[in-house]
Amino acid sequence: MATGTEPRPPGGVRSSTRAAIDAPHLRTDRWWLAPAVTAAGLLAFIVYSTWRAFADADYYAAPYVSPFYSPCLAERCEPMHAGPNWEIFGGWWGISPAIIILIFPLGFRLTCYYYRKAYYRGFWASPPACAVAEPHKKYTGETRFPLVLQNIHRYFFYAAIVVAGILTYDTVLAFRDEQYAWGHMGLGTLVFLVNIVLIWAYTISCHSCRHIVGGKLRHFSKHPVRYRMWQWVGKLNARHMQLAWASLVSVALADFYVYLVASGAFDDPRFF
Amino acid sequence: MSVVDRQQWDVVVVGAGGAGLRAAIEARERGARTAVICKSLFGKAHTVMAEGGIAAAMGNVNSGDNWQVHFRDTMRGGKFLNQWRMAELHAKEAPDRVWELETWGALFDRTRDGRISQRNFGGHEYPRLAHVGDRTGLELIRTLQQKIVSLQQEDFEESGDYESRLKVYQECTVTRVLQDTASDSGSAAGGRVGGVFGYARESGRFFVLEAPAVVIATGGIGKSFKVTSNSWEYTGDGHALALLAGAPLLNMEFVQFHPTGMVWPPSVKGILVTESVRGDGGVLRNSEGKRFMFDYVPDVFKDKYAESEEEGDRWYEDPDNNRRPPELLPRDEVARAINSEVKAGRGSPHGGVFLDVSTRMPAEVIKRRLPSMYHQFKELADVDITAEAMEVGPTCHYVMGGIAVESDTAAARGVPGLYAAGEVAGGMHGSNRLGGNSLSDLLVFGRRAGLHAAEYAAGTARPAIDDTQVDAAAAEALRPFSAEAAEAAEAAEAAEAAVPGENGRLAGAAPENPYTLHQELQQTMNDLVGIIRREGEMEQALETLARLRVRARRAGVEGHRQFNPGWHLALDLRNMLLVSECVARAALERVESRGGHTREDHPAMDRAWRNVNLVCSLTDPDDLLPAVDPARGRITLTRETTEPIRPDLLALFEKEELVKYLAEEELYE
Amino acid sequence: MSSYEARFKVWRGDDRGGGLADFRVEVNDGEVVLDIVHRLQATQAPDLAVRWNCKAGKCGSCSAEINGRPRLLCMTRMSVFDRDETITVTPLRAFPVVRDLVTDVGFNYRKAREVPAFVPPEGVGPGEYRMFQEDVDRPQEFRKCIECFLCQDTCHVVRDHEENKAAFAGPRFLMRIAELDMHPLDAAEENGLDRKRAAQDEHGLGYCNITKCCTEVCPEGIKITDNALIPLKERAVDRKYDPLVWLGNRIRRRTSSE
Repeated sequence: MATGTEPRPPGGVRSSTRAAIDAPHLRTDRWWLAPAVTAAGLLAFIVYSTWRAFADADYYAAPYVSPFYSPCLAERCEPMHAGPNWEIFGGWWGISPAIIILIFPLGFRLTCYYYRKAYYRGFWASPPACAVAEPHKKYTGETRFPLVLQNIHRYFFYAAIVVAGILTYDTVLAFRDEQYAWGHMGLGTLVFLVNIVLIWAYTISCHSCRHIVGGKLRHFSKHPVRYRMWQWVGKLNARHMQLAWASLVSVALADFYVYLVASGAFDDPRFF
Repeated sequence: MSVVDRQQWDVVVVGAGGAGLRAAIEARERGARTAVICKSLFGKAHTVMAEGGIAAAMGNVNSGDNWQVHFRDTMRGGKFLNQWRMAELHAKEAPDRVWELETWGALFDRTRDGRISQRNFGGHEYPRLAHVGDRTGLELIRTLQQKIVSLQQEDFEESGDYESRLKVYQECTVTRVLQDTASDSGSAAGGRVGGVFGYARESGRFFVLEAPAVVIATGGIGKSFKVTSNSWEYTGDGHALALLAGAPLLNMEFVQFHPTGMVWPPSVKGILVTESVRGDGGVLRNSEGKRFMFDYVPDVFKDKYAESEEEGDRWYEDPDNNRRPPELLPRDEVARAINSEVKAGRGSPHGGVFLDVSTRMPAEVIKRRLPSMYHQFKELADVDITAEAMEVGPTCHYVMGGIAVESDTAAARGVPGLYAAGEVAGGMHGSNRLGGNSLSDLLVFGRRAGLHAAEYAAGTARPAIDDTQVDAAAAEALRPFSAEAAEAAEAAEAAEAAVPGENGRLAGAAPENPYTLHQELQQTMNDLVGIIRREGEMEQALETLARLRVRARRAGVEGHRQFNPGWHLALDLRNMLLVSECVARAALERVESRGGHTREDHPAMDRAWRNVNLVCSLTDPDDLLPAVDPARGRITLTRETTEPIRPDLLALFEKEELVKYLAEEELYE
Repeated sequence: MSSYEARFKVWRGDDRGGGLADFRVEVNDGEVVLDIVHRLQATQAPDLAVRWNCKAGKCGSCSAEINGRPRLLCMTRMSVFDRDETITVTPLRAFPVVRDLVTDVGFNYRKAREVPAFVPPEGVGPGEYRMFQEDVDRPQEFRKCIECFLCQDTCHVVRDHEENKAAFAGPRFLMRIAELDMHPLDAAEENGLDRKRAAQDEHGLGYCNITKCCTEVCPEGIKITDNALIPLKERAVDRKYDPLVWLGNRIRRRTSSE
């Protein structure tokens, strides 16, 4: 009946007091699929965005500015007519200006409660899947540096609101044509519209946002407006994961669209 | 005999359901060092299964409600057989018991003005049940559990030990209430309580808790029936412990069959479908689609229930100007009606009737108001109750009978120091319990039992328990491990003397499988002493029970004492057999139909029986061997006349109504 | 009704060792795994230890692991498995084993005691409590908990790291803290008890890395992570990690020490 006599490695589910089962898990379903897909998806985005962020080229094709480069805060930025150029960093900034601004959306997503789950499971295998033993000897979670920094998520949320505001402004600018005349639309405008809606939905559905608008209250009955907002954010929050992925894809697509147009590989079809 | 671990406490509570925990809280708050013993893990008691709510006349939803109305409903529901003083105390104290739960952290559903919401239920004139969705029992048990933990935290602050004044012995079973041998009361029966003997399920080790006061709060007996809503714990332990200690049981013939249990799939047959399904608008239909309950309103209730579907439907919105639909008749009436419909061939495919909410409420409302019912049918039967009707049928749910107690103190009759509260105590509900009255019963009489047990313990010298008792109890508990030839032969011999012809099969037979015995017992009780009873069948049941009793002596088990379910069942069989005999014997004796007792051969309620209690006691308490004569058995039955109802309480009823229940001579007093 | 013979592997043994035992057992229409375990008891292994009680998913006693996933035996229908699949049933693997499918869940009861109880508000007597449905909705969701401890079992913080048991209360009891912190009338704060800070400092909220296994296994469908743990983390941030609050405290402390 016993499954083996060799001494079992101590720790976790194989601790001496637990039921003597050597297998680190007994799951028979494809539990590895979800973390593998997650890891692959995130990896793909990382590779793509690293390339694009450091490329320092093909990020502006009037009237579209890539969301990776907006706002553009260095002197070396391409001038964009009425666009998000603010030369706060002046001329000393020598590398791609995307790096300055990408810190914020990156920080927002890195500390996001959904993405944390995704990469803890996908990259760290902590745990790889439910009831599947993790390979680490020690675990302190988010109690220590650096992971204790995850707690500043709400500040990245505030920054993300500002960034989303600027991207909204960019989307408004996309209702111009190449000559900056208002009242026009192209396929790019549509891409930007979809992207900005998803960016907002993802940002607003954030758990910190849910806390700030109403979750921190003890008595909803005394704050009917915030209660309404909390309920509304709660509904979005239930889709936080889907929105996280959708907006990740859409922001990459928006950037890629600008790249295609700016590099001349593709002509933006104009509607009117 | 090995030395058995002994500990000293002031009050020992057997059972950690609602009544047991409430008793323990009260005893501890009165200063008694209190131990609670339960068969399951702490917080898993059968009380969690209660769905509907706690009946208490708080008048939050309809201000017309008060204790008098609640008292009247309870007496009507019990067909006036209730121990009226209990019904009075219950109706008066229930609101306080509910409110006190809030101070311990309970979160009931609310009215719009922030008070506890109350819902309608069968037999209650006004919306009266404090509830939390359909998981009120869980809320109750969790609140009491957390109150116990908070008391333990207080004790920890003081003494550094969480368990210094209140301890829960979980997964332990009590097999005997022991006597105080210091008090020198002499006779075996009715001696003062000295403590309890039990074993820890996990280790199989025996232990004795010495205490001058013992509160029995073990719940019911449903596991003696095949189709039941009760969990495995409901093996009638408390009833049997009291009997064996010399305390009598009352009115054991009254067993409530809940009208709506699941009938399919077979493995969940009996699991409850809460009455709030009907309270919130669910209706019963037969296979012809007819709302048949309109045909089953008995005379005593004629003027209180709607006569047409239209009127019944209006009642949900406007209860003041309409009468309630007959789906909300007391449980016994509904259960019998369903039984008749099925018998008449108008049942559902799996032998029940249809309970429908899907055509009467939008899906979201159903999911919000009946979340755990939605969940239960979805998970267990793959039925979406928002889209199709449920199939339901009667299931053994509750025993109204129980340990005979004094109304005010919850003290068991005849055994000083023994108390009983909750389902295990008899009297409160008369012949039939109203839904919602069980949870309030637990709280009201749980508290009273704890209070009086603590007071009694404070005024009583520490008991002493001699080794003979402990050794005898240990030997009894170990018997299933040595169901060897000697015992088998002895039992077979006895059987031969009583039931000639059976010995061929019995003598020298191998040990009996306790699971098989249990199944046979359940089948017997279900078929022969079930919802509709006949004289011949019950006589047959008594004979079968006598045979099972003999065979149960040879219930043998394999393995060792550590967490051995076969052994546990073998020990529980003694209790189930004793209690089943009480039920069968009392049911045979009462030749009328009343509440939870329906005789096909005596279908009418008889006013002459209104004031008669049937009392069961052990024929020979000193005799550990089973009496195998089915005519005699181990139980002696006596009739008692109940105390007349106090005039001021009687005056709460209309004369015309009383005429239907009370005998002539009672009316003129 | 159709019945078939299923293959089962059930872990049998105790704290000294054990292993998976093979069984072939009859399965009928509409049955759940607990029915099969009971059939094994009644026909093949009378001393097979299993904890169960209500058999309706309401008491949370029959927690075990089926094919490696923490589940209630009574709420796992046989129809979800293929007929030729071997079904493996083991005890909960995060707790010490007692015998067969029964484990020592004492860890949970110890943790329950460490969470300070509800503090009733002063001056509000029984019957005077006024609370509104929108305020009790949140804690009521958490009070649906049947204490099956599947979340405690699946949580890798203690499942994979025995040494964290001392510091970490587990999802069930962090949820209990959230419940009390959201109770509309809990007077802990007025009495000097800061549940938000205590969650982080004394009950190990920081160990949780919100990987949501607790939510995944909850048989009551409680959104433990989204509705209890993350809101509690945000509340702890209010107290401990909000740099503005931290700065404010620093300055106040310095001025007071001067």
